[in-house]
Amino acid sequence: MTTSFQLNGKPAAFDGDPETPLLWVLRDHLGLTGTKYGCGVAQCGACTVHLDGKNRRSCVTPVGMVAGKAVTTIEGVAGKTAEAVKAAWVAIDVPQCGFCQSGQVMSAIGLLTAKPRPSDTDIDNAMAGNICRCATYVRIRQAIKDAAGVKGARA
Amino acid sequence: MKGRGMNPRNLGFAALAVSAVALPAAVVASGQSVPPATLQPASTFASIADPGARSAAIFTEMGKVLTHPRCLNCHPRTDRPTQGDAMALHEPPVTRGNAKGEGAPGLQCSTCHGPRNVAFANGTGSIPGHPLWHLAPASMAWQGKSLREICEQLKDRTRNGGKTLAQIHEHNASDTLVGWGWNPGPGRTPAPGTQAQFGALTKAWIDSGAKCPA
Repeated sequence: MTTSFQLNGKPAAFDGDPETPLLWVLRDHLGLTGTKYGCGVAQCGACTVHLDGKNRRSCVTPVGMVAGKAVTTIEGVAGKTAEAVKAAWVAIDVPQCGFCQSGQVMSAIGLLTAKPRPSDTDIDNAMAGNICRCATYVRIRQAIKDAAGVKGARA
Repeated sequence: MKGRGMNPRNLGFAALAVSAVALPAAVVASGQSVPPATLQPASTFASIADPGARSAAIFTEMGKVLTHPRCLNCHPRTDRPTQGDAMALHEPPVTRGNAKGEGAPGLQCSTCHGPRNVAFANGTGSIPGHPLWHLAPASMAWQGKSLREICEQLKDRTRNGGKTLAQIHEHNASDTLVGWGWNPGPGRTPAPGTQAQFGALTKAWIDSGAKCPA
């Protein structure tokens, strides 16, 4: 069975079991390995993509569930907010080992898209599902604030 | 058909990453469930002559559903739901978010919960889902309350979303998110009985005066 959807602005299709996790399809079948496998049970956030513009854990998303919808991955995310997040991430060298970072970046963009000037509480609430084993949380918070142009409050 | 197995070449870092993620016991140990409990029909209580006592007894039977983890988990005392049969705090630590209880911007319920239950691809258990997955309003918090308190809350239109008793019956008998409680997916014990039985009990409780247990 073929599942058709938009991937990073272009038509994409997967010929196989519609129950296959979107993460498997992205990485193994479409070659987009920027999205990471961390836990497989929606507990770590490493597999975060955007589904119709909103954050979505691809490890618990059967590909059949995205039929006709728009999927955006770290390889294709673009626009003013994405560029601001990317610049902020680079400016202060947010990543350490980097494994979780594509998920962190996608979640941050999703947050700023929904809430352009987030408070510390907004950042806490939005990023609570993205785990970083290197504990780069302080830099992640700062980069989100820098991207949003938010000053002050705790780092 | 292509298989669902993940290519091992892409898993090199995954084993390291997952070791750093403390998975909650409710997720890891969710493979086994006990057999679902049953509900007694309203006719069971017909021998109770006093209508008030009969009504309260029927509500007590309804309480098997109302105080079941499938219901209580999303009627939390705080803004953070619980999960699993053990009613552990929800992981990740989500919050109620908007007035509809759909989660915070950037981490809405729909970030993980899809329109239906989804079995985990890498082991036992599943992540629950429904198109309208959300928390019950804070005014309908049930955790930590007695059955009498829940009963009074259920009837109080200032706290129950303005619902009449007839609308409460419709909610209990027909609402599909309520109905998820009897179709919770692998790794979760269904609510007792069936939604139809729960709806019939609700109607019998209302018809007998909608009295609350002591």
